[in-house]
Amino acid sequence: MSEISASAAPPPPAAAERLRFYASWLVAAIVLLLLPNIFTSGGSMTTFSLMGISIIFSLSYNILLGQTGMLSFGHAVYYGLGGFLAIHSMNIIGAHKLPIPLPIVPLIGGLSGLFFAALLGWVSTQRSGTAFAMISLGLAELIASSALILRSFFGGEAGVSTNRTKLLKLFDWSFGSQIQIYYLVAAWTLIAVIAMYALTRTPLGRMCNAVRDNPERVQFVGYNPHVVRYLAFCFAGFFAGLAGALAAINFEIANSAYLGAEQSGTVLFAAYIGGIGFFIGPIVGAIFVTFLSLGLSDLTQVWQLYFGLIFIAVVMFAPGGLTGLLMMHRPLVKAGTLPKVIPGYLIALVPTLAMIAGLVLSIETIVHYTVNPGDDPHIKAFGVGFDAASPFIWALAAVLLIGGFLVARKTWSWVGHAWDEAATMAREKGIAA
Amino acid sequence: MLELIVISTLNGVLFGMLLFLMASGLTVIFSMLGVLNFAHASFYMLGAFFGFQISQWFGFWPALLIAPLLAGAIGAGVERYGLRRVHRNGHVAELLFTFGLAFVIEEIVQIIWGKSPVDFRVPALLDFSAFTIFSTSYPAYKMFMLLISVAIFVGLLLVLKKTRIGLIVQAALTHPHMVGHLGHNVGRIFMLVFGVGTALAAVAGVIAGPALVTQSNMAGLLGPILFVVVVVGGLGSLPGAFVASLLIGLLQTFAVSMSGSLSGAFGPLSPAYASTWLADIWGVTIAQIAPIMPYLLMVLILIFRPMGLLGTRDT
Repeated sequence: MSEISASAAPPPPAAAERLRFYASWLVAAIVLLLLPNIFTSGGSMTTFSLMGISIIFSLSYNILLGQTGMLSFGHAVYYGLGGFLAIHSMNIIGAHKLPIPLPIVPLIGGLSGLFFAALLGWVSTQRSGTAFAMISLGLAELIASSALILRSFFGGEAGVSTNRTKLLKLFDWSFGSQIQIYYLVAAWTLIAVIAMYALTRTPLGRMCNAVRDNPERVQFVGYNPHVVRYLAFCFAGFFAGLAGALAAINFEIANSAYLGAEQSGTVLFAAYIGGIGFFIGPIVGAIFVTFLSLGLSDLTQVWQLYFGLIFIAVVMFAPGGLTGLLMMHRPLVKAGTLPKVIPGYLIALVPTLAMIAGLVLSIETIVHYTVNPGDDPHIKAFGVGFDAASPFIWALAAVLLIGGFLVARKTWSWVGHAWDEAATMAREKGIAA
Repeated sequence: MLELIVISTLNGVLFGMLLFLMASGLTVIFSMLGVLNFAHASFYMLGAFFGFQISQWFGFWPALLIAPLLAGAIGAGVERYGLRRVHRNGHVAELLFTFGLAFVIEEIVQIIWGKSPVDFRVPALLDFSAFTIFSTSYPAYKMFMLLISVAIFVGLLLVLKKTRIGLIVQAALTHPHMVGHLGHNVGRIFMLVFGVGTALAAVAGVIAGPALVTQSNMAGLLGPILFVVVVVGGLGSLPGAFVASLLIGLLQTFAVSMSGSLSGAFGPLSPAYASTWLADIWGVTIAQIAPIMPYLLMVLILIFRPMGLLGTRDT
């Protein structure tokens, strides 16, 4: 047995490949260091901090969904509990002048996330698939409702607040300004991302993938899928707690919304839109979703509706997420057949964009009549002003929507043919799709 | 005390039957399509809001008929043009699709009807008290709700047990592939079942709307409880869903009417406890923890009987 596995193991990577691997982390670190010099405004520091937190949280979620195949609707529980325990420990540290600096606090949040995941995980990971999803939802509701009952710990509706500058100072860093918080979040993000990447390369990480793909076979090999799922759940809980603690430090407050259904939904959206099949997917998703939720809310009143529609569109048309869409083209790029599909894309893009424009126009017009009836009909959405009362706009919206849909359906089927051709040519050249 | 028991039992059975109206559709859809419809409670909400809007235009009785038909048609459309497409990408994608759908439906309802409750009134014909037990008068509308849900329950049972369609549906519950092999148009059956299931949820919405609060968060409040019902009863078990619906209906109604607490049972709160965080647990009444009762029940069931009460399938 050992001989077989030894001979089946891949050869150690070449020196150049290893160099490239370490270089990519180094580049990531340098980019994180230099970002504040490129975007100097305070607002962008806040955005980057939120993105970092979201990246850790989404990656921790992907340990469950992407790596182990467990769809959780209650991952925010561990995020929230990590946040609350971080807040409470910061208050205790500050009150008693304990020699613990702020950069250590996220670890406390992570450990509390780990603790609660270890506590609740054994019951929830007994079953996988749909049952696990429902159980995670039920447990999340249980904790979120309990949070409103246990007022002295969770602070009721108002939440618990803290002052992050009251902790022990290291090198004169008080963490009062957002840029210092950015560096704290960036450092922890880098550490957590490397740790979670390393986790996917361990035997446990591989077993998680095996449990996702074929639990029965895992049992035959002699592993207990329940235990593997449980371990993955604990790791996910740890990193979620870490993210929660960072969020608590960033906002200096934790309230029951931290562990609510909305937070769980957001992380699911982020991980899935980014793509759960690749390690980098949730990172892309976290950046995209944070950017979208900050950007869209300025542009339109009903940004959450667009958010949901984008999610449905990804589930329906791009189940691999944004990274999945990009990675699909790798064999074509390698084989040099990418130019075959590009014209198709450009042609299909026109009616698709027209359809989206029509949809947005109709939604905004309807919103004008239902949400703010009687207001000035000259409304502005996505920076473009138009008259919601004019029949011309209605007709335009209808034509764009219906016409765009019909033409887009036609053109996308052409793209499909071109794609098949290009992929076949790539296969003939010996490049696996 | 006896008054409390009678009233709570009536209310509990009523809530349980309402839950079963939804849980039955959810269970049949899950058994046949293998997908747990996350948006099921959203169709309940759509039913309530359609019912409200149509009763504004044409009155309550047409609404009781049209709103479920409309919601059922939307449900069938969702199955035909959404779920069937997503089906290729596996069960996780299907579940996520319905999750996104629930999100979008809630947003749309908020856009059209706003976030605050709408004024959905009990129809004048039923706005009187049916009878008075002890000193409490029981509204006729609640008896009507009970009647409707029992009638639909009996009708569903008859359709399932006595008709050809019911036979196919029953067969598909346990052997979905075999039904396809026997030459039935499985796609059309799926669409039909999805439409009928969502229409049943909408019926529950129309009749519950005037009695409860018709608001854009009603799906979010009820949805998780619905899933608890399905998990407690056993995924894919129709009798299990029935038992669990009644159980949770009674449990929650009785819990709400009780005011006992640990401090009440074991003597007054000692001053030493009152100042610590234990005070929360010590002083909380049963009525206050009523909302989390179903979830506690679910955790207990999962520990002692992971299949659910009457479940046989391990999915």
